[in-house]
Amino acid sequence: MCKTAYRWFPLLIGATALSMIGSLYLVFVYAPTEQMMGFVQRIFYFHVPAAWVGFLAFGVAFIAAMTFLVRRELGWDMLQIASVEIGILFSTMALVSGSLWARPVWNTWWTWDPRLTTTLVMWLYYVSTLLLRRIVEGEERRARFAAMLNVIGFINVPLVFLAIRLWRTIHPVLFTTQGFAMETSMLLTLAASLLAFTLLFACLLVIRMRLERLNNEIGRLKQSLTMLANEQRGVP
Amino acid sequence: MRSWCSVAAIVAKDVAAELRSKETLSSMFIFALLVVVMFNFAFELRVDNVRQIAPGVLWVAFAFAGVLGFNRSFVLERENGCIEGLMLLPVERSTIYLGKFLGNVLFMLIAEALILPIFSVLFDLSILHPLLWLVVALGTVGLAAAGTFLAAMAVNTRAREIMLPILLFPVTVPVMIAATKATGQILDGRPVAELYAWLRLLLAFNLVFTLLAFLGFEYVLEE
Amino acid sequence: MSLAAEQHNSWAVEADGLSKRFGHLSALRNISFKVPCQSFAIIAGPNGAGKTTLLRILATLSRPSSGWACVNGLDLQEAGPAIRRHIGFVSHQTLLYGDLSAVENLRFYGRMYQVPELERRIAEVLVQFDLTERHADPVRTLSRGLQQRLSLARAILHRPSVLLLDEPYAGLDARGADNLDALLRRLQTEGHTILMATHDLARGAEMAQQLLILVAGKIVYEASSAALSAQELQSIYRQYAASVPFRGEEVVR
Repeated sequence: MCKTAYRWFPLLIGATALSMIGSLYLVFVYAPTEQMMGFVQRIFYFHVPAAWVGFLAFGVAFIAAMTFLVRRELGWDMLQIASVEIGILFSTMALVSGSLWARPVWNTWWTWDPRLTTTLVMWLYYVSTLLLRRIVEGEERRARFAAMLNVIGFINVPLVFLAIRLWRTIHPVLFTTQGFAMETSMLLTLAASLLAFTLLFACLLVIRMRLERLNNEIGRLKQSLTMLANEQRGVP
Repeated sequence: MRSWCSVAAIVAKDVAAELRSKETLSSMFIFALLVVVMFNFAFELRVDNVRQIAPGVLWVAFAFAGVLGFNRSFVLERENGCIEGLMLLPVERSTIYLGKFLGNVLFMLIAEALILPIFSVLFDLSILHPLLWLVVALGTVGLAAAGTFLAAMAVNTRAREIMLPILLFPVTVPVMIAATKATGQILDGRPVAELYAWLRLLLAFNLVFTLLAFLGFEYVLEE
Repeated sequence: MSLAAEQHNSWAVEADGLSKRFGHLSALRNISFKVPCQSFAIIAGPNGAGKTTLLRILATLSRPSSGWACVNGLDLQEAGPAIRRHIGFVSHQTLLYGDLSAVENLRFYGRMYQVPELERRIAEVLVQFDLTERHADPVRTLSRGLQQRLSLARAILHRPSVLLLDEPYAGLDARGADNLDALLRRLQTEGHTILMATHDLARGAEMAQQLLILVAGKIVYEASSAALSAQELQSIYRQYAASVPFRGEEVVR
């Protein structure tokens, strides 16, 4: 599985770079300036894809976690580590970019709005799971606990969307019942950004998994060396 | 049913051990008391109407007391490897979860029953509302469902005292929000109809989480 | 004395290809063996050989990474609760609640195992293990030897047909060890199947009917000791235990 991925990897990087450059152009040159918020509205083209990738990453982690619990192969654990870390990274970007946007538009850095609250809670939850990983001893147990937490934690993602159905929110809503509340050129720019970020996610995932694999390999080698050394010295 | 006998036996065992040592309940009570008193004191100096924050204070107190209780219930099992004694029993692992979960609910309810009168005095609020007791019960069940499950995980880690709150608070945000809001509405004397949304949320969380924990407990315990 | 056993075939314990990995570490490699019913088998090996891991897997406390095993004809993976009814496990830890008394501990386990006529059985077991004197004191206050005896009492309370003992002689003084000898002999005559893990064959070699030597996760020697005397078993064991851990050695029969 990994060998084929690595062969296509340069292609993936190339595609990501191209789409990034393309969407940067679209965001800063092509897209029209929004009438109410002005130039700062362009954060939208970073904020939304970042949030989207966060959710996607946690979804991938969810699937990897369930597969791990069934098949108990450490490869799936590597996928869940990578996904969760990248998910946290992009969720942080979404929270920060949202905050930067909120300041000029809502005149506050933060508010306990349902969407913001649920997103923050999701962020806190996944950060806690990372912390747990550092503290739990035993590779298999660590993977198993993380998998359990990732399976349960995924409920946070639909909750972010559901929260605004249940309570009123001041956060702008994209997908209303009347369809997209946006001009086509903006939609196009958004689509391009989404693509760029998703490709970036794929790149980072591959890199992070490779890192994890190499790390494990080093661990394995270290252990074999220690065992060999012990045997030479006659230590049981 | 056979499993319920086993669940009852686990609860009885926890109660018997607690009656002997009296450590868990007393520390839960003292801790919750400290929280209520300190918050009351701290906010009295700054906030005009302390009653506004009363629901939040109450539930923070309950949550911290709960964390103490959940932790202790599994630390008790770690001593002498008793958790393995439980795992050796001819029952499903989820039965063990139910037993510990119900024991935790019981201890929390007792601690809360002791705290509520003091809370009532300090904040000058009446607690004689059956609906309030219902909300407390539902919130407790939610906290305990998540807490029991996560404590079983956290107790295996090195920094077990800090690990449980870190895991528990993001997970139980729905419970805390719903419970605090509902408590506030009851204490303010709002019409009952406004409560329904929060009660529904509490019930939904309780059901979903208990089910998830029930099914997943096996994976937490296995080696 | 009746045993809670359903003897489907003549093997009390059967294992095939059992392996257990903890991350990169292989604790058990391809373990296969059979223990006949009502026999006394010793699993001997140096520290770290995997004896505890093996016993824990057989007790369903741990899941094997691969392979299967049956206890009394019941598969480990499929029939967890049913198997545990037939198993009594004594480990390094006492599995006793420190705050509760001996009787309360036994009562709890008895209820969970649904032991019939529990109070009578508890009284019986207290007498058998010489625990009547301190039966109402919290376990925390009992000496190590007493706790060990109580732990053994807990393990046989529900009359399991298979007993898994992990280094039961550890920490016992000479008198305690003698008592344990007598106890095991009695249990053997009563028809229990006993698997005992130990790193020292000084005790138990006379009673053993089967010997498995485990080194670095592999079975390196297996014999039914009908053919060999206790001394011979002990010298064979010393030979294997003293040598450098094997890697990839075949099983010697």
